[in-house]
Amino acid sequence: MLDSDQTISRVEEILARHQGMEGALLPILHAIQAEFGHVPQDALPVVAKAMNISRAEAHGVMSFYHDFREAPVGRHVLKLCRAEACQAMGADRLADHAKTTLGLDWHETAKDGSVTLEPVFCLGLCACGPAALVDGKLVGRLDAKKLDALVEGMK
Amino acid sequence: MKIYLPLDSAAVALGADEIAAAIHKHAHDKGISVNLVRNGSRGMVWLEPLVEVETAAGRLAFGPMTLSDVPALFGDLAQHPKALGPADDLPWMKAQTRLTFARVGVIDPLSLDDYKTQGGLTGLRRALTMEPAAMVAEVTASGLRGRGGAGFPTGIKWKTVSEAKADRKYIVCNADEGDSATFADRMLMEGDPFTLIEGMVIAGLACGATKGFVYIRSEYPVAIRVMEAAIATARAEGVLGDVLGSGKSFDMEVRVGAGAYVCGEETSLLNSLEGKRGVVRAKPPLPALQGFMGKPTVVNNVISLASVPVIFEKGAEFYKGFGLGRSRGTIPLQIAGNVKHGGLYEIAFGLTLGEIVDGIAGGTASGRPVKAVQVGGPLGAYFPRALFNTPFGYEEFAGKDGLIGHAGLTVFDDSADMLAQARFAMEFCAIESCGKCTPCRIGAVRGVETVDRIAKGDAAAIPLLTDLCNTMKAGSLCALGGFTPYPVMSALTHFPDDFAVKEAAE
Repeated sequence: MLDSDQTISRVEEILARHQGMEGALLPILHAIQAEFGHVPQDALPVVAKAMNISRAEAHGVMSFYHDFREAPVGRHVLKLCRAEACQAMGADRLADHAKTTLGLDWHETAKDGSVTLEPVFCLGLCACGPAALVDGKLVGRLDAKKLDALVEGMK
Repeated sequence: MKIYLPLDSAAVALGADEIAAAIHKHAHDKGISVNLVRNGSRGMVWLEPLVEVETAAGRLAFGPMTLSDVPALFGDLAQHPKALGPADDLPWMKAQTRLTFARVGVIDPLSLDDYKTQGGLTGLRRALTMEPAAMVAEVTASGLRGRGGAGFPTGIKWKTVSEAKADRKYIVCNADEGDSATFADRMLMEGDPFTLIEGMVIAGLACGATKGFVYIRSEYPVAIRVMEAAIATARAEGVLGDVLGSGKSFDMEVRVGAGAYVCGEETSLLNSLEGKRGVVRAKPPLPALQGFMGKPTVVNNVISLASVPVIFEKGAEFYKGFGLGRSRGTIPLQIAGNVKHGGLYEIAFGLTLGEIVDGIAGGTASGRPVKAVQVGGPLGAYFPRALFNTPFGYEEFAGKDGLIGHAGLTVFDDSADMLAQARFAMEFCAIESCGKCTPCRIGAVRGVETVDRIAKGDAAAIPLLTDLCNTMKAGSLCALGGFTPYPVMSALTHFPDDFAVKEAAE
């Protein structure tokens, strides 16, 4: 775990890299999340000050977007597409299977920190659904058997 | 030995990277020198991963490839178990009119030389000889309308920005392709990124803008990577910066979204680009006059901008010669969901829905009858078989209480429950609403509850749902709340049994 000072100094490095950029807040939040895996709440006042906005505004922006997380997630992130084209190929049944197998609902992380289950609305893999994003790797034509194998690999 | 294998997300999701590794390994073991080009996808997703081998007889296609099919690529190709024949002769490819997607799947996406060899930059060179007003007139004359879904004439938007007086103007490419069943933007950016760059440079020259942004959704990691690499090459090769040494400047960068569907709406996208919450802005002022940072801004979809180079290369009249009615040119159909043959199919406007679903797509993957086709993404209407004679065009679909949107089609077989689909439309709107206007923010939540009442057998909730949809349609600030009634009402209108059966079961 990083202490607050270490967090802040790394955030300041990120801020320095984005100096002079038009509309830099989203790129900055993405960079912070890439660095820490989430957006540490200690970082927000530092970002807000640098951007000359209030902390409430920074929080408002961060909380608007599904991508940005306040807290760390599991070691693995399983994102299942819930959109219509994947539904037409049985994504709802597959999602139910995943929830039962993992014992998790959407946005929940396993108690042992191994995996987080998240919904995603479209990966652009609509002609080879159901689709998933597993730790950043795209998967098409997912079925219960392939999903079980993926989950097994996450333990 | 030259082999092509797509880097396209769909191919990768079906194992293309593993196939690539196996090809390299086998070639190495056999001491064969292989030049493996990671191209875009030809759009035949049911054949991905699709390998092509360059031979004296042209590029021979093999697919769908599995790891066990790799060794045979180094033997007698005619005997290969997955041999499909020359890629260009496949019926899916031959019947298309590929204008915007002419190079996708053909060239190495990151080779500017490949791009130039296949006609790239010809449109830009011609544009550089024209005055801005003539460039705008060319786009207007082509009949090109916004391919993002709204169908607004691109030339008129450009004219407004071109004639606006300001110290800075911007070209913003909307690559926040969040609609389910749509992947044309993704395929174009992954398969031929220089076309989008060329289109944006022409837009900049025509409108007097010197800076552009491509706002790509974070769910498209491959597209982000390819676009960033292409922009760097274009800058190094003098396409961006001082444009082809003309003394006119234009540069651009990629910005990445953060998982908010509503940011596909142009004003919400602009707020997001400015580093704000992606809340919709009231119009007026139009983004064309007060857009990014309050400056005149063109906001165009990827396919609109990527269609500009061919219009300048071959002329407005050529482009306008395709299509029907007021829908001119070609449209990349994206055929998705439960289909036998899914993928991207670029063709002139005018095919009927039935020709697309029963003919091109070949019916369902499950082999069961087609029950409904949702056209235009999550905000598009569900069409029953009875409307399969509707020709594919903006006005034609509007006339049947639908929309073509970004031209995505999701096919459902007879196991689909249309009440569940109506509920999902409301649930999705509730999750993704930006919260600015009441009909969308609250209406969607009430909508889910009302559909649940119908599911429990409360027939009195049906007129209430209709009334709610009218309110959302008329009172919402943007298409999210305004168009969610399309899937809901079309499900209710065309599939009343799915709403009534539950009632009887109670």
